[in-house]
Amino acid sequence: MKWVPLGLVRYTVCLGGLSVFFFLLCILTGPFLMLYYVPDVNRAHADVMDIMQVVPFGAFVRNVHRWSACLMIVCVPAHMTRVFLQAAYKPPRQLNWLVGITLLILTYLMCFTGYMLPWDQEAYWGATIGATMAENSPFLGAKGPFSVLPPDKDIHYIMLGGTVLDQPTLSRFFFAHCIAIPGALAGLMGFHFFNIHRAGGMSGPL
Amino acid sequence: MFKPVAKAEAIDPKKIARREAIRKGLFWACWGVFIGFAGILGASIVRFAYPRIVFEPSSIFKAGKPDDYKVGSVALIHGRGVFVIRTEKGFYALSAKCTHLGCQPIWYEDQQVFKCPCHGARFDKEGINFAGPAPLPLPRFHLSLSPDGRLLVDKSTNVGMDFFLEA
Ligand code: FES
Repeated sequence: MKWVPLGLVRYTVCLGGLSVFFFLLCILTGPFLMLYYVPDVNRAHADVMDIMQVVPFGAFVRNVHRWSACLMIVCVPAHMTRVFLQAAYKPPRQLNWLVGITLLILTYLMCFTGYMLPWDQEAYWGATIGATMAENSPFLGAKGPFSVLPPDKDIHYIMLGGTVLDQPTLSRFFFAHCIAIPGALAGLMGFHFFNIHRAGGMSGPL
Repeated sequence: MFKPVAKAEAIDPKKIARREAIRKGLFWACWGVFIGFAGILGASIVRFAYPRIVFEPSSIFKAGKPDDYKVGSVALIHGRGVFVIRTEKGFYALSAKCTHLGCQPIWYEDQQVFKCPCHGARFDKEGINFAGPAPLPLPRFHLSLSPDGRLLVDKSTNVGMDFFLEA
């Protein structure tokens, strides 16, 4: 492993590590939130209120989860900017750049699905907007350009578990937020680190 | 560790070729079973995620008696995503789903305008978009009178801007 060069680069190489750090904080606090949160439209919001106001240190644990997520959203694009400016996406690291883009998208999806779970006005309409955007996406959405799928087969339908936001939607977002996306994220992160190792450690300036 | 059972030269080359063919066949059969199983599993999980039955409110519903609505009023039918509006000309039903990204516009009686809280699209009483990001007017739904004298809204049928149900 080479020494990381001095200068500005010295600080910016921490951004990837910080992303991992915030991800780990989320992974650590998330399961504890699941102890009190039930993805049921009639009680989801009350459960979040309970966590905030009744559960000992509930507000602390939830805020760690929430702020880590926010900071991860800041760190991941900043890390990508560093990689881009340093031209560290060039061979032999081109595959890792693609893995990184997938990780970025998965991070956004984590935030989008997590934003919806408190089931308040912000969450409900935010998810509505996301779902409508999915409905209007090319190929996969029923209303988008080049649409091939009928309204009851497209990505909007599979996302919501129907055509309106309701209990199936909350269950699906909960599954996506707690199992599917973090699983994919953790697996791909492992691959990302393995690729760094295989390319001979951290990149120096080119 | 293992002693060869026979010397290599002693084995019939035909036998070797046959064994080789069996070995290859088994190899590809195993992969075939694996890929086939993975394919079936993947396809069934995707299909699994499409519900066969959805428990959603019907798109055709009754919205009370015509006399429940004052002339000039705009009423949101809760849980249905429809505004029923009565003017001197008659009744019409507007979709309460913003044509931008699907939020629910709010009627401001004092300003006589629908405003969408999400990104600020504006619609007039006829549902015509005049400001903000909404690209289309609010769709107008078919409205009729049911045999028992109630308003019947049909969300699955869009009608033109000149549609009115005579009061
Ligand atoms: S959803 Fe109404 S303005 Fe965007």
